Amino acid sequence: MRSTRDRITAFVMLLPSIVLLGLFVYFFIGQAISTSMTDWGNNSAQPPLSANVVKSYVGLENYERLMSAVLEFPFRVSMVNTFFFTLFFVAGCLAMGLVLALLLDQGVAGEGFFRTVFLFPMSLSFVVTGTIWRWMLQPGGGLNILPQSLLGLEPIEFRWMSSREIWLPFLWEDVPRYITYLGIAILALITVNFLSKGRRRAAQYAIGAAIIIALVFAAGLWDRIWLPLEQPETEASIAPKGFNAALIGIIIAAVWQMSGYTMAMFIAGIRGISEELREAARVDGCTEIGVYRYIILPQLNPIILSAMIILGHISLKIFDLVFAMAGPDNARTVVPGILVYIKGFRENAFAKSAAIAMIMLLSVALIIVPYLWSQLRGQSRDRG
Amino acid sequence: MLTAAEMRRYTVRVSIYVVLIVATAAFLLPVYLVLVTSLKEPAEISLSTTWQFPSSLHWDSYSEVVQAFGPRIQNSLSLVFSATIISSVAGSMNGYVFAKWRLPGENLLFPLMLFGMFIPYQAILIPLFEFMRDIGLYGGIPGLILIHVVYGLPITTLIFRNFYVNIPDDLLESASIDGAGFWNIYTKIVLPLSVPGFVVVVIWQFTQIWNEFLFAVTMTSSANQPITVGLAQLAGGEAVQ
Repeated sequence: MRSTRDRITAFVMLLPSIVLLGLFVYFFIGQAISTSMTDWGNNSAQPPLSANVVKSYVGLENYERLMSAVLEFPFRVSMVNTFFFTLFFVAGCLAMGLVLALLLDQGVAGEGFFRTVFLFPMSLSFVVTGTIWRWMLQPGGGLNILPQSLLGLEPIEFRWMSSREIWLPFLWEDVPRYITYLGIAILALITVNFLSKGRRRAAQYAIGAAIIIALVFAAGLWDRIWLPLEQPETEASIAPKGFNAALIGIIIAAVWQMSGYTMAMFIAGIRGISEELREAARVDGCTEIGVYRYIILPQLNPIILSAMIILGHISLKIFDLVFAMAGPDNARTVVPGILVYIKGFRENAFAKSAAIAMIMLLSVALIIVPYLWSQLRGQSRDRG
Repeated sequence: MLTAAEMRRYTVRVSIYVVLIVATAAFLLPVYLVLVTSLKEPAEISLSTTWQFPSSLHWDSYSEVVQAFGPRIQNSLSLVFSATIISSVAGSMNGYVFAKWRLPGENLLFPLMLFGMFIPYQAILIPLFEFMRDIGLYGGIPGLILIHVVYGLPITTLIFRNFYVNIPDDLLESASIDGAGFWNIYTKIVLPLSVPGFVVVVIWQFTQIWNEFLFAVTMTSSANQPITVGLAQLAGGEAVQ
């Protein structure tokens, strides 16, 4: 019915977007990869911003330096910070979001009002949130003296963004070992789960994967990625690894901003469960709490996964919130996004900046690509 | 007399409301702080009286901000309006093609397009900087508009595609039997049905671009900075105004 001419028109209309995105996304990523393998900005004989700067190919040297050189310790701190930030930010948003959603599901009066209040921080800029919360958490004011102003209690003395405390300390060299243990532990849990459901075949795969992880560790393949530090003792004294307590305030602000969004996702999921299913459970003698435990929560699993992916990729990219709250030069709260900015646009160390950016891209791609793939596969199945 | 069961249900309901009200207060606490501080005279702002209500309402801070930040607010407004309009119209067109026109390779093209909205923009920052410098758009608002239009395309296309998929194919089929081509179907049928889609996309793009910080801080010269950069540069107490 539709003529070839119209099909060509359709394609031509799409073409500018395809060309622009191809250039701005894929070509630029390619350029960034090749930039990350040059010495642009590392070579003092070549002023990085001059028009005829010579960029020599150095292979993976920038990545190797990020993993091992003494002076690149902020990168390693930023990786540790991202890990803990992601962990607590995602867990905090899921917990808050679930509690708020369950409370609002009880048929409360003024539900719309409460929903709006919890959701509105999401519409703010991370810069605004950061500015407000920096004011909230400043030493000697804001939240610290709230118990005093309201109840006459002692003020809180914690130095939110400048604390030098480190909790859960560990050594950078031990991380591959921990990752290996964690991988095996997770696979063991999965195996037990599969076995209890009688899925023998799947359990065998999980055991196989665990053995491969153990072998990778035993064969020392990790040492190729997790290069030995140049000076482990210096590293442990100038940049000890662990959960930097200075991140707590930023995590609170981030949870304040995004937990309403998580709540909205959960509410949508709960409303999608039919009332008949709940009624049937009640008829079978399920208590109100049992309905949530056995009927509603299991059906929310896909939503928890989606929320984890969306929140996780936000936290891997976090930049503006940390910039506005703790400043770009705060050594305790540094994250990869901030380092890319400082290396690239302050120090003009473009190659190193690009290398950090590529590691960020890889970490985001690892969770987004499988997500996109499964979403679209599901959609095309629905459409037949 | 209340029975034990009624008593229990009553306690549960009261505690639900108590928790909700406490949560509401906690969520609004930062807003209260900002409002109260913005209405204080600068001399009255001190750490120990953070939570107290101002002794008299002092509105001058707002007019001072409008004066000091006028150019930056203007930068932000011209950026947001142009980028939102262009990316919405382009997204509507793309969504129409993806939803209603079978093109070879679209099953690959669409996810490749979507990936563009998830990437950390730090990953393309340096090549983007070089590119903008080479084409002479670095540092100004037009360059920033181009950047926001391009990186807005994936999300606007996605929203419009999902919206247009719900328009029945039969409707478009009967129009094409009546002799309508690509353009007539779009302008006479699809576009008039698009108002709810445009509302969603415009609100989304408007807030995204207004709130954006990374491109704003790296791709503009100081005269062309949007408001988010100005805010981030303000120090401490002043920022609350």
